[in-house]
Amino acid sequence: MTLMLRTEGLAKTFTLHLRGGMMLPVLSGIDLEVHAGECVVLSGPSGAGKSTLMRSLYGNYRAEAGRILVRHGGEMVDIASAEPRIVLAVRRETLGYVSQFLRVVPRVSTLDIVADELITRGRDPAAAAVLLSRLNIPRRLHDIPPATFSGGEQQRVNLARGFIAGHPILLLDEPTASLDAENRAVVVEMIREAKQRGTAIVAICHDAEVRDAIADRLFPLTPAREAA
Amino acid sequence: MTLLSARGLSLRFGAIPALVDVDVDLWQGEVLAIVGESGSGKTTLLNVLSGRVTPDAGHVFYRDPHGLEHDVHAMPSPALRTLHRSDWGFVHQDPRQNLRMNVSAGGNVGERLMARGARHYGNIRAEAIDWLTQVEIDASRVDDLPRTFSGGMLQRLQIARTLVTHPRLVFMDEPTGGLDVSVQARLLDLIRTLVARLGIAAVLVTHDIAVARLLAHRIAVMQRGRIVETGLTDQVLDDPQHAYTQLLVSSVLQA
Amino acid sequence: MTEGYNFAYLDEQTKRMIRRALLKAVAIPGHQVPFGSREMPLPYGWGTGGIQVTASVLGPDDVLKVIDQGADDTTNAVSIRRFFAKTAGVATTTHTAEATVIQTRHRIPEKALRDDQIIVYQVPQPEPLFRLESSRVETRRMHGLADYGLMHVKLYEDVARFGQISIAYDYPVMVNGRYLMSPSPIPAFDNPKMDRMPALQLFGAGREKRIYAIPPWTDVRSLDFDDHPFRAINALEPCGLCGATDAYLDEVVTDDKGGRLFVCSDTDHCAERRDAGHVGKDGVP
Repeated sequence: MTLMLRTEGLAKTFTLHLRGGMMLPVLSGIDLEVHAGECVVLSGPSGAGKSTLMRSLYGNYRAEAGRILVRHGGEMVDIASAEPRIVLAVRRETLGYVSQFLRVVPRVSTLDIVADELITRGRDPAAAAVLLSRLNIPRRLHDIPPATFSGGEQQRVNLARGFIAGHPILLLDEPTASLDAENRAVVVEMIREAKQRGTAIVAICHDAEVRDAIADRLFPLTPAREAA
Repeated sequence: MTLLSARGLSLRFGAIPALVDVDVDLWQGEVLAIVGESGSGKTTLLNVLSGRVTPDAGHVFYRDPHGLEHDVHAMPSPALRTLHRSDWGFVHQDPRQNLRMNVSAGGNVGERLMARGARHYGNIRAEAIDWLTQVEIDASRVDDLPRTFSGGMLQRLQIARTLVTHPRLVFMDEPTGGLDVSVQARLLDLIRTLVARLGIAAVLVTHDIAVARLLAHRIAVMQRGRIVETGLTDQVLDDPQHAYTQLLVSSVLQA
Repeated sequence: MTEGYNFAYLDEQTKRMIRRALLKAVAIPGHQVPFGSREMPLPYGWGTGGIQVTASVLGPDDVLKVIDQGADDTTNAVSIRRFFAKTAGVATTTHTAEATVIQTRHRIPEKALRDDQIIVYQVPQPEPLFRLESSRVETRRMHGLADYGLMHVKLYEDVARFGQISIAYDYPVMVNGRYLMSPSPIPAFDNPKMDRMPALQLFGAGREKRIYAIPPWTDVRSLDFDDHPFRAINALEPCGLCGATDAYLDEVVTDDKGGRLFVCSDTDHCAERRDAGHVGKDGVP
C-alpha cells in the first residue's frame, strides 16, 4: 500500500502573546502514517488535540516542530516547511479538507460553491448538481446561497464541496455531526467509495456507529501536559 | 519565478519610518494581502511596489512577459508609464481618482485600449460593453456618465477600466473601503472571480481582515513599517504567531 | 516704408530669438516650442503670434498675402497686410500664386501651395489636449510619452453620442507619426491639405507663447477610427458665384426671409474662377 501521509515528531504549542506569552502545548511527538485506501480516525477525549492535529496536517496551523510529509504528484512534500504557494498547490491537487463549519463568500449560490471546485481544476461542473442531490440538497436550493440553510444542510454542502474534486487525501472533521440517520448513511457510503478509489482519509468522528463503519484503525491522542 | 520581488525597502517621512527593510515576493497568479492598522505603512508599500513612490533604499524587480527583470525604480518613466497602462493596473479606494467623471462609462473602459493603440471604434465599444457586463453593469449604461452611478457601480466601473487590458498584476488599495456591507460582498465575489479566472496577480492593501481572508492566498502583516508576519492567509489568521497579529485577529468582531 | 521702425517692426534680437524657436520647431515637427512672445500693436486674438512669426521670416523681396477666414478683404487681413507694407515695405498681394509668405487665420487657400512658399497660421490655443486635460504639466508629459489615448477618448465620445466624429474645425492631427497637434481653427475640410504639403507650415500662438511647425512633405494624419475614418465635410451645393464644387463654402444670409447663399470662403480662388468664366447659379456672368 502506498504511503500517502506521514508525520514525524510533529509538535504544536500555542503561544498566547495577549496572555503574557502563556504557552499552551497541545501536540508533541506525533508520528502518524496513513496509506492509500485507508481511513484513520483520531480518537481521544476533548482537548486531546484532534482538531489541532487535523488543522496542522492541512497547514492551517503552523507546526512547531517535526515534519508533515504528503505524497503530492509522486513526491513527498513537507507541509510544515513548504512555501505557501506549494501548500496551496498541495491543497488544490492532493489534500482536501472538510471542516465542521461552512465558510463561504456571501451571496454565492450553493451550486456555484461546489461547481467552482471543478471549474478551477478545468473539469466539467455538471457533477456538482448530482453530488448535491445525492446528499439530499434538493434542486430548488441549488441556486440559493447556503447562508440561510439549516446546520445539517450547510454541512452537506460542505461535504459536497470537499468530496467533489476527488482529492487523494481527505481530512474530515466531524463529517456527520449534525446529520440525520439517512444522510449519515449517504456520507458513510461516500467515504467507502472514496477508500475504494484509494483515497487516504483522516477523520475525527465522535459518532461510534459511523466511526465503526469507516475506520480501519484508530489513532489515539492524549492531552499534553501543561508546560511550566 | 517571481513576478514581483522587493528587497530591503526602506523609506522615512521625516522622523517617521514608513518602511523598514521590507522584502516582498509575489508569484504569478498570486494574491497577496497587506494588512495592518492605519499608518502601518501598507499604502506606502503599495505605492513603492508600483513605482509611484521611490524608496530611500532597496529595489523592486518586475519580471516582464518575456522573462526580463526590470528594476522598477530605475526604469525610464515612459517605460514605467507603459507598464502602468498595459501590464499593470491600479484600483483606488476612491474610484473618482481613476475614472474620468465627464467621460461615459464606455469611454472610461475604452481609454486603456485606445492608449494601447486600439483604433476600431466598434471593437472598442464591444469590448467596453463586454466588460461592463462582466462587472455586472447593465450594457444600456454604456453611454452614461459615471456621476449618475452609485458608489458600488463606480468601483465596478473602475475595475472594468483596469482589467480591460488583461493586466498581469493589479495593485488594489482598499478596494471595498467606503462601500456598504451588502455592496462589499458583491464586489468581493466579483474581484475574487475575475482575478481567479484571468490568473491575475494582485497586491491588495486592506485593513479589513475578512477581505484579506476571502481574496488573498497569502498575507503580510505590517506594523510600524515592518512586515512582522507573513504566510498562508488562513494560517496567519487562524494561527497567528506574532503578538501584533494575535491582537489584530482577536480584535475582529464576529458577525 | 514708414521711417522710425526696424524692418518688419520687431528688433533684430527678437527676430533671431523667434527664428531659433522656428528652427527647433521645424526640427521636431508638431512639437510646441516656447518663445518670448512680444507685445504687439494689436490685441491678443488678432494674430499676434502669426505676425511675430511672419516678421521673423519676412525678407525685403518677399510678397505677402494675408487672409482671414479665407478672405483678403476683412479688417484683420487688411490691417496686417498694411502693417507689413508700412514697417517692412514688402510687396503685398491677394493672389495665392504670387505670394511667397501667406499669413492666415482659420483657412488654407484652395490653390495648392508650392515648395517656395511659407504659410503662417495664427493660433489661439496651441494645446490640442487643452479641453480634455487642464494641467499643463500633465499634457506636457503626455506629449513627451506620446500618450494620446485621451484624445481618442474624445473621438470615442463623439461617435457614441452623435454617431460620428463631430469636430468641424481645429481637428487634431498626428504630425510625422509622433506629435499630436492642433492645426489651429481651420475647418476639418482643410486638414488633408496639410498632409505632405510642399510649403513650409509655421504656427504662432502669441498669447500662449508657443511656436510649432510642419516641414515640407511631412505626413499629417487626422485622428480617426478604422471604422469611422476621417472625412472632410462641406456644404452640399456648389459655390453660388463661381460654381466650384471642391472648395470650402461660407453660408451668407442675404435677406430676412431665409434667403441664403453659399459662396467660396477663399475670395481669391472664387474671383480667379469667375475671371476664367465659371458662373454659379447666383452669379452674374
